[in-house]
Amino acid sequence: MRRCILVASAALCLLAGAAGAQTLRIGLAEDPDVLDPTLARSFVGRIVFAALCDKLFDIDAKLDIVPQLVASYEWSPDSKTLTLKVRPGVTFHDGEKLDAAAVKFNLDRHKTMPGSNRRGELAPIASVDVVDAATVRINLSAPFAPLLAQLADRAGMMVSPKAAQAEGERFGAKPVCSGPFRFVERIAQDRIVLERYPAYWRRDEIHFDRIVYLPIPDSTVRLANLRAGQLDFVERLAASDVPQVHSDARLRLAKITEIGYQGITINVGKSELAQKTALGRDPRVREAFELALDRDAIVQVAMDGEALPGNQWVAPDNPFYAKNVPLPKRDVARARALLAEAGVPNPAVTLMTPTTADAQRIAQVVQAMVKEAGFDVKIQSTEFATSLDLADKGQFEAYVLAWSGRADPDGNVFSFDACRQPLNYAGYCKPEVDELLARSRTLRDPAERRRAFEQVAAIVLKDRPIVYLYHRNWLWAYTAKLGGLRTIPDGLVRVQGLQFQ
Amino acid sequence: MLTFLARRIAIVVPTLVFVSMLIFSLQQLLPGDPAVVLAGEDRDPAVVAYLRGKLHLDEPLAVRYALWVKGVLQGDLGESQRMQKPVLGLILEKLPVTLELAALAMAIALCIGIPAGVLSAVRRGTAWDYAASMVALWGLSTPNFWLGILMILLFSVTLGWLPASGYVSPFEPARATLAGWGRPACVVGTAIAAVLMRHTRSAMLQVLSSDYVRTARAKGLAEPRVVLLHALRNALIPIVTLGALELGTLLSGAVLTEQVFTIPGFGKLIVDAVFNRDYAVVQGVVLFTATAYIALNLLADVAYVLIDPRIRVS
Repeated sequence: MRRCILVASAALCLLAGAAGAQTLRIGLAEDPDVLDPTLARSFVGRIVFAALCDKLFDIDAKLDIVPQLVASYEWSPDSKTLTLKVRPGVTFHDGEKLDAAAVKFNLDRHKTMPGSNRRGELAPIASVDVVDAATVRINLSAPFAPLLAQLADRAGMMVSPKAAQAEGERFGAKPVCSGPFRFVERIAQDRIVLERYPAYWRRDEIHFDRIVYLPIPDSTVRLANLRAGQLDFVERLAASDVPQVHSDARLRLAKITEIGYQGITINVGKSELAQKTALGRDPRVREAFELALDRDAIVQVAMDGEALPGNQWVAPDNPFYAKNVPLPKRDVARARALLAEAGVPNPAVTLMTPTTADAQRIAQVVQAMVKEAGFDVKIQSTEFATSLDLADKGQFEAYVLAWSGRADPDGNVFSFDACRQPLNYAGYCKPEVDELLARSRTLRDPAERRRAFEQVAAIVLKDRPIVYLYHRNWLWAYTAKLGGLRTIPDGLVRVQGLQFQ
Repeated sequence: MLTFLARRIAIVVPTLVFVSMLIFSLQQLLPGDPAVVLAGEDRDPAVVAYLRGKLHLDEPLAVRYALWVKGVLQGDLGESQRMQKPVLGLILEKLPVTLELAALAMAIALCIGIPAGVLSAVRRGTAWDYAASMVALWGLSTPNFWLGILMILLFSVTLGWLPASGYVSPFEPARATLAGWGRPACVVGTAIAAVLMRHTRSAMLQVLSSDYVRTARAKGLAEPRVVLLHALRNALIPIVTLGALELGTLLSGAVLTEQVFTIPGFGKLIVDAVFNRDYAVVQGVVLFTATAYIALNLLADVAYVLIDPRIRVS
């Protein structure tokens, strides 16, 4: 009899457990690449990392840097040394302790592992010292204000040194971090399954037992899954699907302006071609091109209104937006006058555009708009990898290109506008801009940095190596049952606090 | 029969060598530096240089080909740079999914296509014939992805009967498997059924007008016996050829259907690999599917011999 009661109790417990076990199913727009923070390179991978790997710092809704795995930090007066106190009581998913030695291991791994995508982000780090079990000192070769923002992204993610040493290059197949959820399994292009890590340091804020990420590239199918109850959350909803979400009482929509941008990069010096085209050669022609654009209309047509028009590398609501270069209004008459002044009333422009639907729509709207000012735009649709290759070789005149953005403005401007940087497809190079950008990296006071970026903006936005168009809204659709959602401009889904109501 | 098989298999080896050279060289014609694409959004020059070295991109084409063939002969198809996983592992992971979709779709195609074709030929010029032709035309002209999305909207969103998309393992209960696989198999299967129906119809019409069928009827054989045993067997040769070709195509992945129903098969794998310039995956999957294609054609050849003894004689 006693045995029967025990069996029955056990069965009841199991049933209760099963009933209480909650799974959050998230629809992703793509399948992430390798799940190793050192090697990872895709935006979508960062969404999974947000549940899997905690970072030294994080960003909040106002883009302020806040400590995560760090309890406190202190800069030296010369801004060349950053001392971090590691948060006590944090363990990795394999039970190993997060301490100063683990932080040093991770930063060294990011800097030295072959193929590391973090090496460039942490280039100013000269060395890392373990002061004591809970204190790490990062020594910089020169002051580098964006460091905290870098450590609030993949470069600040901490993995278990024991697991990383054991697995080597294969670590990404079974990552071991210290985030709220631990890795269970991954079937390429099908699913990534994570389960709750019971010893997580903020375990009270975790209300799901499992998270399943399902890559579903087609946005219509992603939304259909949500409407059919197969998913609880979908990221990057298509702007054209917003009315469907609004009309369904079971669904909710969240949106926030991205930290990246959509723009048109102009070849002003990447190759000899720059001097052969009116657009690349003459700043007046580029000014006319920008004046012929109606950004509000572009946003309405290309993005169904789900974007914020912008003329800079950061959105107008960003604290680092340079107010001295406001959003210009469309002025076709002035554009025509500038073209006449430049001696090219009808310049021909070839606009290279990737084959994505957004880019195609932008190109078509831009083509129609600038025609009114006299531009004759030919659209050259090119597969993305091919377009990058052509851009890299300078075999383009103008190129519709987006950037996913970084929390610190430096990440949106330095690599694009400083001389010979890898993402400087425009081939833009001005020593005074380089000096200003280098100076902005040494300033930690936000007001001073803002002034430095205003000076950069005054030059770069006049030269127009990139004509910025807008900043997309991250559109998230989710079941009305889901509460505690935080919208952070980096577009990553923070799972802390999320729960079914 | 054995000589026949040996002769066919002897042709397979040079064919595969030719195919492997073709895949390798055609892929090199793709514009864009794979190292730049694989380096991700930041395109750190150090990472690009590392990847170039790792992928032997600075070596001449012939050296790269030789290195790849050496690996293949040792059972190593290389590693996916994007996923950091061995290509063989990825293929084995996707193979059951692709096989399942191909088998189910083919079963649907055969069950609909051949009977409809036979019926249409036997009842030529009647309402049956017109109806079958109209359905076939509809099957041929309806884009798979569109039909797939409509099915998702109807059965999952509006009626709420079935899951919207996703892969269901064949080891799950039959009902769940059917719920997951029914629609993608129907979408792919009906399109092939339409092609099969048209070919069956034309082959049957040709056979039904031949002398031996007239003789069989004159002998007083029952019509079903004449149609199914005498006519259909002789009409099967082009149908078997077509079936083998369609099945081979299915094994290389039903790209759009896999995309719409989020089925992680070869189609999705290879499309992602092409866009990400993950050459090792493209080469591995194409080599694998080419081998499967050749094997299926070989099986079709064997089937000819079994169906039509005259081929053996000749």
